[in-house]
Formats: sequence, C-alpha cells, structure tokens
Amino acid sequence: MSPVIAVLRRELRSYFVTPVAYVFLVMFLVLSAILTFFVGDFYERGQADLQPFFAMQPWLYLILVPAVTMRMWAEEANAGTLELLLTLPVTLAQAMAGKFLAAWLFVGLGLALTFPLWITVNYLGPADNGVIVAGYLGSWLMAGSFIAIGACMSALTRSQVVAFILTALACTLFVLIGMPQIVDLFRGPVMGKLVKGVAHLSMLRHFEAISRGVLDVRDLLYFVLTTFGWLLAGVLLLDLKRTR
Amino acid sequence: MIETDQLTRCYGNLTAVDALSIRVEPGQVLGLLGPNGAGKSTAMRMISGFLVPTSGTARVCGHDILREPLAAKRALGYLPEGAPGYGEMTVREFLHFIQHMRRLHSEADWQRFDQVVQQLQLEEVLDSCIDTLSKGLRRRAGLAQAILHDPPVLMLDEPTDGLDPNQKHAVRQLIDVMARNRTILISTHLLEEVHALCNRVVIIARGRLLADATPAELEQQSRYHGAVSFSAPGSGMAQEMLGRLPQVAAIEVDPLDGRTTVFPKPGQRILGPVQQLLREQGLEVSEIQLESGRLDEVFRQITTAVDGAAPAGPVP
Repeated sequence: MSPVIAVLRRELRSYFVTPVAYVFLVMFLVLSAILTFFVGDFYERGQADLQPFFAMQPWLYLILVPAVTMRMWAEEANAGTLELLLTLPVTLAQAMAGKFLAAWLFVGLGLALTFPLWITVNYLGPADNGVIVAGYLGSWLMAGSFIAIGACMSALTRSQVVAFILTALACTLFVLIGMPQIVDLFRGPVMGKLVKGVAHLSMLRHFEAISRGVLDVRDLLYFVLTTFGWLLAGVLLLDLKRTR
Repeated sequence: MIETDQLTRCYGNLTAVDALSIRVEPGQVLGLLGPNGAGKSTAMRMISGFLVPTSGTARVCGHDILREPLAAKRALGYLPEGAPGYGEMTVREFLHFIQHMRRLHSEADWQRFDQVVQQLQLEEVLDSCIDTLSKGLRRRAGLAQAILHDPPVLMLDEPTDGLDPNQKHAVRQLIDVMARNRTILISTHLLEEVHALCNRVVIIARGRLLADATPAELEQQSRYHGAVSFSAPGSGMAQEMLGRLPQVAAIEVDPLDGRTTVFPKPGQRILGPVQQLLREQGLEVSEIQLESGRLDEVFRQITTAVDGAAPAGPVP
C-alpha cells in the first residue's frame, strides 16, 4: 500500500470516528433538500431537472467544506502528530494528496447520498439524465477546488477556527467574484475590463456552464487547475514552515 | 550512523543550535544532555528531517537529510518529544498505519509487529484509543512506532519521560538489547539515564557542544572523583589528622548528617591511607565509600559556565 493510500485511509477513518462525518452528512442532505424545495422552487418551475439543486451547491459548500477541511493540517500541527507524519518516509505532496483525496471522497459520498432527488425527478417527469450526470460531475469538481482551498488554509495555521474562517472567506471570494451584481459594480473602461477578466476566475461561472450540461474542456480545466494550484500552494506553505 | 555537519538552526535572532558537529557510530548509545531549551529537540528535529537547518546538514546512514530525505527517513526510527500519536486511533490501528506508511507488508514484518507489541507490553491495550492511554503507555506506543521497521538508527527524544521506575527499567532494557549493531541517539535531562544507558555523552547548552566524553570520563572531571566519604561518630580529631595527610586536598563535613568527605590532590589515591588512619584512631566507621564522581556536579559546572556565571560551588 502506498503512503498516499495509507494517509487517505487514516483520514477517512478519522472522519467517521468523530461525529463530524455524520453531522456533515446530515447537514448536507437536509440543507440540500430544504434549499432545493423551498428556495429553489423545485415544484413551481414545473421542469423535471435538478437545476434548483445544483444552483444551491456553491452556497452549501461555502459553509460545509471549511468544516471538513479545517482540521486537515491544523490539528496535526496542534497535536504534534505533524512531526510524526513528516518524519515518516513520505513526501509532503504524497501526504497532501492522501488528505485531499480523503476529503474529496467524503464530500463525494455526501453528494452521492442525494440520489433520492435524482429518483424523484425521474419519477416526476422525463428528465435529461445526461445533464444531471454533468451537474453531479461539475459539483464534485467544484467541491474539489473548495477542498483544495481549505487544505491550503489549514496548512497555514494551527488553529482550526482560523482555518475555517480563512477557507470560508477565500471560497466566498471565488464564488462572488463572478456574480453579475459584483461585476456591474465596476463599470468603466479600465476597471470593467479588469473585473471581467477576474470574473473568469469565478467558480460560479464555470460551474453553471457544466451544470447546464455543457461540458467544455476549459471549464473542466479551470477546476482541475484551481485544485492543483491550491494544493501546490499548501505543499509549498508546509515546506516553508519547516524552514522558519 | 548519524553525522551532523555544522548543523545550525536560528529562530529569528535566537540561535537554537549552533554549528553542532557530532558523529555517532553503530554500537554507540549517545546521550544528548543539556538543560531545558539547550537545543536538544531542535537538533533531533533537524536530523529527523522535520525541520530544515538554517545551515549545515546531517546524514543518517550516509543519506543526506536535505538531498535524500526519504532514504534517511527509512533508515531512522524516531520518537518525537512527547510521543505524539493520533488520539482517535487504537494502538493497533496506529501501528498498522505506521506499517503501511513504511510499506511493511511481508510475513516477517507481521512477526515483527507481534514481537514489538510483546517487547513493549502493549498486548492489553492494543484495542484502546491512544487518547485514553496513560502517559507511560502512550510513550510505549510511540516507542513501538519507532522500532517497528527495525531501523539501523534510532533517535529517541526523552524516551523515559513520564514513566514509572518499572517502565523506565523495561524501556532501558529494551534500548540495551537494541543497542547492539545499532546507532542510538537519546536526548535526556535525567543523569541517571546516562549512567544506565549511554556509552557516550554529549553535553550541549545554548545550542553549542560543550563536552563529548564517556560517562566515566565526565565523572573524572568531578571534584568528587576519587574522594572518600565516610560516616563515623566523634571523628573531629581524625579530621584534623586526615587534613595533614600529604595526598589530601580538602575535607568537608556535611552539617546535616555529619558525613565527612575527603578530597584527594589530583592523581592521588587516598582510600588506603584514609582507611589506615581511621583504623589507627580506633574510630568506629559505620560506612565508607569511594566516590566515582558526580555527573550532576559536572553537568552543572559545564552548562552554567556558558552563561557567564561562575561555576557552581561545592555541593554539600
């Protein structure tokens, strides 16, 4: 078994021995349902699709993903187990990969457990299951990017609370940056162009495209690169801390 | 083998480890001795690859910790200060995790697991969470983690801290058994440990190497080395006569229990003459002892001198 798998297994197990995993899963499912039916007007739209469900996903991740990732490195630094982990024959990148994959699979499990919604739309009418699959894929990819941000923030501090807040802030920024309301705030010849450019960094914009069933390579690449970028930043940060 | 080469570590303006160069050979048990904050743990953290040196480097079994960190870590068994462990895991899960991380999957590795568990008497707590263990058990679990892969180099940061005397004895026996053909580096501030375990002592304070010797050599630096102490009621007269012996440098009497200590002049043996004189005086000596030297006194002398303070005075 490679060290990546060993770290992954240990992380996944640590989610489930504490109530965190169950609280997360219940919160995720309950909030998904509430947001979809009461805020997203699931029935009133009269369409057999999961658009209202997917539209709420970024906002849900904003609160729930930081809760999953905050302990990732902060707890290790605080409990002293970081010294143990980093003196085992494993590279920082391997350890980071194991931890990221564990969190990603865990959120993926939460996402998979929303399958009753899928069954419901198929029961209610002829649903475009291709679009729904694309939506799930996009949502999971987006979760990956959020988790990567959280992993980096958790590496920054030994306080889980600080990690939570920093992650929530950074994720909020990445979601809000593409909202039309925000972009419109900065009209003008120079700022306008700049903001439009920055708006391309928005999670929302890329996720909405995927969740409508448009699988553009650029959108997929955006999430993959964002995820890798933040994970790399986290690894560099951990490495930097060893010299300070 | 462990070699450190001008190993240095600074935290801002503070130099925690200052150009430390030591070399520990297989078969040696080296005790890294020093007051709290001397840089023992920082030095070990650099050798283990957890911290990056500000300058200089270290090698574990010839593998440079900066250029070949994974090979160095494979050769090393390391017990960090305080024996950290994942609290929510059971001892069994924890040790299995370490096995997986070190890719120990062969039949021999599983036998090794059983052997280590037995050596450290962890059978009964294998399925208890590490969080619920006593300090001593935690440390034993940490030790088990360090020796699971049967490493040629072992580095233990205060291995017996927080253990009761029986557990200390057990751990020391284990280290003794492991010492053959292995390189062992132990940090401690317990002087009794040095006596019990180490065949070489390095004393550091403020990050600098101050002494490198065997425990016996250090003891020889003590003014108590070769001194004779005895208890005899009504020895006032004899003390004066002892002072006149040509080999004797000084005499001290403990004001509390009246025990007399006779210090020799350098290179002189005084047990015979003192015994003879006491016999001639017809004194009833209840107990007499030839001192080999006091490590705590030497330790204090060496480590306080670096602070610019005067060496500690005679210890009553």
